[in-house]
Parts: sequence; structure tokens; C-alpha cells
Amino acid sequence: MGRVVLVTGVSRYLGGRMAALLSQQPGVAEVIAADVVAPGHDIGAARFERADIRDPALAQLLTVAKVDTVVHMGVIATPQQAGGRVPMKEINVIGTMQLLAACQRSSTVRRLIVKSSAGVYGCGPRDPAMFTEEDDPVSPPRSGWARDCVEVEGYVRSFTRRRADVDTTILRFANVIGPRVRTAMTSYLTLPLVPTVLGHDARLQWVQEDDLLAVLIAVSMASDAPATGHRGPRVLNVAGDGVMMLSQCLRRLDRPVIPVPAGFSGVLGRMLRRGGLVDLTADEARFLAYGRGIDTTALRTELGLTLRHTTEEAFESFAVPKRGQVGPHART
Amino acid sequence: MPAHDPVRDPARDPVRDPARDPVRATGAAQVDAYRTGPSQAVGPAVPAGPQMRDLAHRRARGAYQVDEFGFDAEFTERLIAPLFRPLYRSWFRVAVQGLPNVPDVGGALLVANHSGTIALDAIMTQLALLDEHPAHRHLRMLGADLVFQTPFLGTLARRTGHTLACAADAQRLLTQGALVGVWPEGFKGVGKRYHERYRLTRFGRGGFVAAALRAGVPIIPTAIVGAEETYPMLADARPLARLLGLPYFPITPTFPWLGPLGAIPLPSRWIIEFGEPIRTDGYSERDADDAMLVFALTDTVREAIQESLYRLLIQRGPAFG
Repeated sequence: MGRVVLVTGVSRYLGGRMAALLSQQPGVAEVIAADVVAPGHDIGAARFERADIRDPALAQLLTVAKVDTVVHMGVIATPQQAGGRVPMKEINVIGTMQLLAACQRSSTVRRLIVKSSAGVYGCGPRDPAMFTEEDDPVSPPRSGWARDCVEVEGYVRSFTRRRADVDTTILRFANVIGPRVRTAMTSYLTLPLVPTVLGHDARLQWVQEDDLLAVLIAVSMASDAPATGHRGPRVLNVAGDGVMMLSQCLRRLDRPVIPVPAGFSGVLGRMLRRGGLVDLTADEARFLAYGRGIDTTALRTELGLTLRHTTEEAFESFAVPKRGQVGPHART
Repeated sequence: MPAHDPVRDPARDPVRDPARDPVRATGAAQVDAYRTGPSQAVGPAVPAGPQMRDLAHRRARGAYQVDEFGFDAEFTERLIAPLFRPLYRSWFRVAVQGLPNVPDVGGALLVANHSGTIALDAIMTQLALLDEHPAHRHLRMLGADLVFQTPFLGTLARRTGHTLACAADAQRLLTQGALVGVWPEGFKGVGKRYHERYRLTRFGRGGFVAAALRAGVPIIPTAIVGAEETYPMLADARPLARLLGLPYFPITPTFPWLGPLGAIPLPSRWIIEFGEPIRTDGYSERDADDAMLVFALTDTVREAIQESLYRLLIQRGPAFG
């Protein structure tokens, strides 16, 4: 009897590819790919289910299909993708609550994997150089995706208190990058004229899109729950080795830069957002000033996982096809 | 992990197979092209014209590496150090003593007195170790959060080897085997007035001692003579400092009276002495939580530096001789 996996958020690039990859895994009987809208891309042998994760009907789906593994990738990063900040917040937070409620009821779910973000650590001048999983944020995020991730993680934590038998993992990914994935950061990096925060430079880490999926697959497919002794969910940082500076990334892309005083970065963010160019919240503008580093020792020691791309290689896999090309790259 | 771990086993995973992943192949080749190999030309050698052009060209393309703290070794060695070398050699005529007390490899915590209105003493100590130590060691420094909030200064500080003075960062650097410098007097030290010169102020809360104990690395008490006279601060214009959001506003014989000329430091004669290391490997990691021990060690370090300062002052003679 093979595994039955539910993947949420499949209408977006990474979710869709995750569903497709999972359906090729040995030992997987069925992949149910759930989202509100149908994916425009190939999801392999996965079966698409139009399911609003905000809808209690989802519980039905878990029971009928006897889902044993849930991969939650339905936390949306930008309001553009959701059609505004209000629906985004609703999909992210209420959606997660509904999904967790359904999992709590389910007698078949054995494993839950939640894709979160390193954004939960916030960012600021008083941060340690590298955050470990145990560290609390020094300047917690106050808005946007990162704030949603904090709330989502909170609900996941309380879920594990009620269902300690479900093997739960939260993966905090650094910024994803690659030749195909499109995020707020990739559209920012490919602006014809890139605004930066005057006098500041951010330390960045990248995780290559294929590495992100490989980690999700490794955690989903692990044959049995690795050594317990965890109270609450297992939390793991995921980032390519090493650090790059924002200025360095922009130089490698050969992008013209316009430094803007920190006081105006909020105004600038709003202009970019209104122009539909880049979806950057105030927190993300702050990220461009300070950046952040996350420590990935636990990923190596606890799970024995090593990413194929360093931060620099991940960035190059994005930069090589872009180099010299001006203007936003084509949406994939 | 299961046998079919896709992250480590490319043969099992078509996505990850390098032969079938041209993007990854180009990416890696590109990265390799950026590698500059071990840094050469540490020390006095000033890069020749064409070499400098090549360096500028490479850096303009972003072809360099920084470590996880944002430290850019090449930038520090090739672009910043040459700027301060004339100041180090001809202006302050820095004499370095006790270099054998600094290990060639491995972690060590260098603790020094802080003075001189702007932190030239940190730069000079960094240069002393880079140029005159046989292993040409990079000094990694711990700075106040105010530094990292300040535009330009914060960025420059990270690139030249500073990071935030917090337990986590100190620990991380020391366990990686870095030579870490700390000025526990902080702004109290640099912002003290001329009549208080060479009298150490309070030594923080002993956080640096706890970090050294946890990492089991030696503490090297370091005394710096000469920095006090570079910008003799006669008075501190407190209201002005508050208005500008600065920790102090210096009034020196030349500043602000001579405008930008007041920024030129006075040519005092310097001595930097690296003292006898205080070993911590005899203690266990748990001792770092023993507040009494931490205070006692803090005092030992402070006294060692204070005594060296008095001795070095006599040795040096007149400040501007």
C-alpha cells in the first residue's frame, strides 16, 4: 500500500512541481494536488482537486482519500498572487487553520510538512549574524508574508500539542531563486533600475529551486519518523551555504542601481507596488537594508541533508540566463 | 535517511542529475570562474597598476566572496589596509610588542583599551596583526549595535571584519578559530575626555569573558598607547550630541574650530602591546555561567591592561616626540 500525499498551493510554480515530483516517487500511490484555482502547468500524475483550503469540505477529502502525508505549500508570498492583502491573509492564516483542523480530525494523517520562511526571524541591525532554529527574532516581522508565516507556525505548534503522534516538520527557507521560479525578489533584481537603501547592504542567502523541492521531498518521503525527542514540531532552516551581499548580486547581474535614503524606502516600496512592478512590503524593504543569515547546521546533522547548490551557485543558476538582459524577465 | 534520499543521490533523481541539468552546470562553472584562489599580497606590497585595474574590474562584476558575517577579506586587504598604512607607519609610527603572544592559528580573544574619540585604535590594531604578525592574521571585531544602524559605517564595518557584539556572534567566530578583538569600554572609552586619558572605564558586563570561557580560547590583554592623544577631547557638547543622536559630541583643540581640518588626528607616537595570554582551557563550559568567576577574570584582564598602559607610557616618553 503506497503513500497518499496531499499537496496544497499547487497552482503556483513550486507547488505544481512538488506535486509532479511526488507523483514520480517510488512508494507513492497517489498525489492529490489541491488549490483554489487550477494550475496552468503540468502537475504530472498528480490528481487535481479544486479545494478551497478555507472550506471545511477539505476534511472530507482527507478522509475519503486516506491521505497519510500533507505537504502544506499554500502560504502565499505576495498580495498580487492572492488578489490583495486581505484575501492573502485569509488564505494564509484561515486556510492553514482549516487544513490543520482537518488533519487533527483525520485518523490517517501521519506526517505534516509546512513550508515556511526565514522571514519569521525578522531583520534588523541588532540581529546575530546567523539565526539558529532556537533563536527568537530580535526585530519580529510586522507585516506581509513573514508575519503570516509567524502566525502559521503558531497554529502548527498548537496542532502538534494536540496531535503529538503526527510527525510535523516546519521548513524555514531562505529566499528561493533559480532559472524558473519567480518571486518578489527575482522581479526586484531584474528591475531596469534597481533601488537600494543608501548606505546599507544586505547579507543574503539563496536556496536553489531544485534544492527546495529536494528537501521537501526528502522530508516527505523519509521512511519513518527520525529520532523523536522533539517537543512540538521539528523546525529546520534551509539555505545554500555561504552568504552574498545584495550589492554583489546586483553587480553580477550588471544592473544599474539607484540608492535611496532609508527614510524614503517606504514611499519607494509603495510606488513600486502600485506600479505593479514589485510586491515589496515595508518589512521587505527593511530586508534590503539589513538582510539576514540562517544557520543550517541542524539540516545537516539532524537530517543528513546537504544542498547541491551553495548560495552563490544558486544565484548563478538564476543570473546566467539573465545576465545582460534588461527589463523584467518572462513569467513562467 | 532513506536510501532514496534525492538530495544526496543524483542518480535517483532526474531533476538533480548534473548531466541533465545544464543550468546547474553553467552556474557552477560560472562560480568557479569567480574564485580568486587564496588571497595573495598580504602586507606591505602595494598592488601595481595593471594588477589594481584587474582587481577593480573583477570587483565591479561582483566577483569576490564574503563570509557569513559579511567580511570581505580582499576588500579589507587590498583596498582599506593601503589607505591606513601611511597613517600607521609615518604618522603614528606604531611600535608593536608581544606579537608571539598572538597564536598563528586558532581562536583567541584580544581585549584592548578603547580611546581617541573615533575608533582609530581598532583599525591600527587590525593593521598591526595583518602586516606584522608572521601569520598575517585578520582581526575580527565586535561592535556596538549603534554601528550597524548607522548608514555607510555599518556596511563598512561588516565588510572589514566587524560583527555585532553579542554572545552568539562571539561564540561563532571563536569556535571557527578566528582571532576576535573586543573593546569592552565601548563608547565610554572612546568618548572619555582628555584629562581621564589612560584610565580604563568600566569593562562592560564581562560578556567577552563568558564567550572566551565557552569557546575555551585564551584571552590576550592588549594595551594601546597613543590613541588618546589623536583627538584630545577637551569637552563633550552633550546638548549637541543629543540633538544629533550621537553618543557624544567632541570638542578638541582643532574640532570643530578648524572645520574639516579638525578631522586630522594629531601625530602621536603609538605602542601596541599584546600581553601574556590568560588561558581559559582549564575551565569547563559550565564555568561561563559562574558570575563570580566571570567578574574575577574580567578584573584580571582589566588590571593587566591598566598596568601595561602605565608601563608603556613611561617607555614611550613624550606623546609627540
